[in-house]
Amino acid sequence: MTTVLFYVFSAILLGSAVLVITARNPVYSALYLVLAFFSAAALFLLLGAEFLGLILILVYVGAVMVLFLFVVMMLDINLARLREGFLRYLPLGLAVALVGVLELSAVFWTAPLGRLTAPAGSLSHGTSNTRALGTLLYTHYLYPFEIAATILLVAIIAAIALTLRRRPETRTQAIGEQLAVQVRDRLRMVDLRESGK
Amino acid sequence: MMAAPTLASWLILGALLFSIGVTGIFLNRKNVIILLMAIELLLLAVNINLVAFSRYLGNLQGQIFVFFVLTVAAAEAAIGLAILVVYFRNRHSINVDDIDELRG
Repeated sequence: MTTVLFYVFSAILLGSAVLVITARNPVYSALYLVLAFFSAAALFLLLGAEFLGLILILVYVGAVMVLFLFVVMMLDINLARLREGFLRYLPLGLAVALVGVLELSAVFWTAPLGRLTAPAGSLSHGTSNTRALGTLLYTHYLYPFEIAATILLVAIIAAIALTLRRRPETRTQAIGEQLAVQVRDRLRMVDLRESGK
Repeated sequence: MMAAPTLASWLILGALLFSIGVTGIFLNRKNVIILLMAIELLLLAVNINLVAFSRYLGNLQGQIFVFFVLTVAAAEAAIGLAILVVYFRNRHSINVDDIDELRG
């Protein structure tokens, strides 16, 4: 059963990956990439990496791909111009890919490492995969974990700083001025008896 | 009956996915968005390799590495798309050939 699922999910993954790079419309590409990530998450589950499979769906499908779709739909792109040269580069791209796959496959089939079969039982020795990963992450890999957190913080700040723009023509509240205003700036007392004479 | 997947099957799956990503970079030379998606495919191929090694060698550290790769990939996608939005705002195009302002 696991074997059949491996081949099915691999076929879906590779098919959707081909559609990602050949689809005419970037929106379709993004949606096929979502399908590719779902199949990859299923493959991770087959390999016994439950936590990473679910994280892949949450982080990639839930956050990164939504970001991609937002950007794709926000920009109105001249699709015809972007497709120029697609067929011109096709032979070179296919040749490079084919040579790479053949070389790697040759090595994997002949190396003794490639004939390994999966060891029986799970990696996490009785506990859940999430607990085993967490134990490792918060002891041996604590400093790399914190560096990863810092990288995410830097990415947040960089993305906001890049896309923030000040637009002088829009009207906004000047809260500082509003708070600093005095009574004499806004209210003028007029003596009516003087002016009525 | 199909043979049960060995480590080589998973590694070849990773190699195929990686080569599809490389082909995507060659084919979509003009479209930065598809280029970013092809980079995501490359990183996914690497992640599949790492998880497969982790399973077949009986070592959890491969999965820890996938965790860090995911972190960096998310940061890369966010900053890449931010740069893309700023660039589109200035030039009204995302064609790679138009990005030549630094050429002397």
